[in-house]
Amino acid sequence: MEKSLNWREFIITSSIKASGYSAIVFVLLIFFFLLREGLPTLGEVEASSLLNIRWYPIENYFGILPLITGSLIITLGAALIAVPFGIGTAVYISEIAPRWMREILKPLVELLGGLPSVVLGFLGILVVSPYLRVLLDLPTGLTAFTGSLLLGGIAVPTVVSVAEDALDSVPRAYREGAWALGATKWQTIWRVTLPAARSGVLTAVMLGVGRAIGETMTVMMVTGNAPVLATRLGSIFSPVRTMTATIAAEMGEVANGSTHYHVLFFIGMVLFLISLVVNIIASSVVFRAKKRAERILS
Amino acid sequence: MKRIALFFLLSSFLLASCGSNSSGPDNTSPKIYIENKGSDTIVNLALAWAERYQAEHADVRISVTGGGSGTGIAALINNTVDLANASRQIKAEEIEEAKSKGIEPVEHIIARDAIAVIVNSNNPVSELTLQQISDIYSGKITNWGGVGGEDRPIVKLSRETNSGTHVYFLETVLRLGNNEDKTLFSMDTLLLPSSEGIISEVRDNPNAIGYDGLGYVPHDVKMIAIAIEEGAPYVLPSIETVNDKSYAIARDLYMYTNGEPTGIVKDYLDWILSAEAQEIVAELGFVPALTPSPSP
Repeated sequence: MEKSLNWREFIITSSIKASGYSAIVFVLLIFFFLLREGLPTLGEVEASSLLNIRWYPIENYFGILPLITGSLIITLGAALIAVPFGIGTAVYISEIAPRWMREILKPLVELLGGLPSVVLGFLGILVVSPYLRVLLDLPTGLTAFTGSLLLGGIAVPTVVSVAEDALDSVPRAYREGAWALGATKWQTIWRVTLPAARSGVLTAVMLGVGRAIGETMTVMMVTGNAPVLATRLGSIFSPVRTMTATIAAEMGEVANGSTHYHVLFFIGMVLFLISLVVNIIASSVVFRAKKRAERILS
Repeated sequence: MKRIALFFLLSSFLLASCGSNSSGPDNTSPKIYIENKGSDTIVNLALAWAERYQAEHADVRISVTGGGSGTGIAALINNTVDLANASRQIKAEEIEEAKSKGIEPVEHIIARDAIAVIVNSNNPVSELTLQQISDIYSGKITNWGGVGGEDRPIVKLSRETNSGTHVYFLETVLRLGNNEDKTLFSMDTLLLPSSEGIISEVRDNPNAIGYDGLGYVPHDVKMIAIAIEEGAPYVLPSIETVNDKSYAIARDLYMYTNGEPTGIVKDYLDWILSAEAQEIVAELGFVPALTPSPSP
C-alpha cells in the first residue's frame, strides 16, 4: 500500500515536472529552429542591405527596417489605447461596479477576447477605415492608426482580465485600512489598491503588448502593408507594413531554402527577440517592485 | 428511439454513397493519363478544366501541376508531359533545344489574361496612358491633378509581391515591357493580400487607383481606358478589345503540345476551346479566347 502510494506520488510529481520543463524545451526548440532557418541570412545578405529602407523581396531588396518600425509604431499605438482603457475597465469592474454590473461585464469582456481577429479585420476594412478616412481627412483609411485601434481592441480584454484578477487578489484589509484613515475611494484606488496589485497589472500590460505585437491577420487586412519607414510620430496616420504581416503574406509562395525564405525566418527571429526583451524588462520591473513592497511590509 | 433509427438510416446512406464514390473509379479504371504542367497563373484554370473534363470522361485522368511556365516548357522538351502550360510565348532558344531533342512544340492559345486599372466611380479621370500609370505607380505623379483629375493625393493599391498579377503589372506597365528598366513600385504603394481588398478600397476611396484581373472587376468601380502612348486611342478593357489586341495590358495564355495533338489530348484541347470550358475561364477571372471562326 505504502509502496504503491509512493509510486503514484513519483509518477504524478514527475509528470508535473515534465510539463513544467516542456515549456522551456519548446521555447528553446523554437528558438533553435528560427536560428537554423534565419541565420543563413547573414551569410547571404549583407548587413548594410538588411538595414536598407526598401523591402521588395522579388528584386532582392531585403531592408527590414521599415517592417520593424511598422510593427513598433502599431504596437505603441495599440498600447497607448489598450493600457489606460484596459486598466480603467479593470478598476471599474473590480473596485467600483455594483455586483450585478460586474457579473454582466466580466463575461462580456471575456467574450470580446474570444473574437477571432479576422472578424475584427473585416470590421476594420468595412467600417473603421472608411470612417477614419473621412473623419481625419486622410488619403486612405488603411493606416497604422487603424491597425492600432483594432489591436488596442484586441489587447483590451487580455489587459482587463489579468489586471482585474490582480486587483481582486489585493486583501480587503488594505482598502479598509485606507478608508479608516479617511482616504476617498479614488485615493484608495490610486494610492493603495493599484500599487499593491502592481506586478499583476504590469503582467497584464505586457501580455496585452505581446498580444498586439504578435497579431497578424487584423494588421494585414487594415494597415495597407506599404513598407514605408516610419520616422515621425505622424507616420501613424500613413500605411505601414508589419513584420508579422510580411511573414504571413509571403511565406506561402516563397521557395524553400531561398534567400527570401531565410530572410523571413530572420524577421521571425527579430520578432522573437523583441518579445523576449519585452518580457525580460517586464519581469525585472516586477521583481524589483516586489522587493520594495516586501521591504515596506516587513 | 425513432430519431436514433433515422440517424442510423442517414449515416448508412452516407456511408453507402461514400463507398460507391470511392470505388467508382476502380470499377472503370482510367485507361488514359494526361500530364499537364507549367505556369502558376494557369494552374487553377487547368485544374478546374481537368476536374470538369474528368467528370465527363471517367476513363481519363489528368494530372495538373504548377511550377512556372519555364518548368512546364522544360518538361515538354524532356517529353515528360503531354501539355505544357505557359503564360508567355515559348522562346526561340527553347524551340531550338526542343528540335534538337526531336520535339516539335505546337502552340495553342487557350485563354487570355487582361488586367483592368480601376478607380473610384466618383473619380473624374477615365483615361490614362501607360506612361502615366507607370509614373503614378513609381511615385513620379502623386496627385490626381497631375493627370487631369481633382486636387487629391493618389493612393496606389497593388497585389502582394507573390502574386503573378503583381509581377506581370510590374513588367508590362511600370517598366513598359522593357527588360532593362529597373523601375520599382513606389514604397508607399499599398500591398493588399487579396483582390477583394483592392476592390473594396477602390469602391470606397475616391483617392485610390488599383488593378485587378478583368474578370474580377465589379460594376461599381470605374475601369480606366488605356492608351499605349500619347495620341493613341484610349481603349477600355473588354472581351472584344482583349481579343483584337487593342487593349494594352493583356496577354495570351498558352498550352504547348509535342506535334499536332492526337487522340485524347486533341479531344481535351478541343473541349478547352468549347463554349462550356471557356465559361470556366470567365468564372476564374480570365478572358475567354474567342476562337476565330473556321475559314470556309
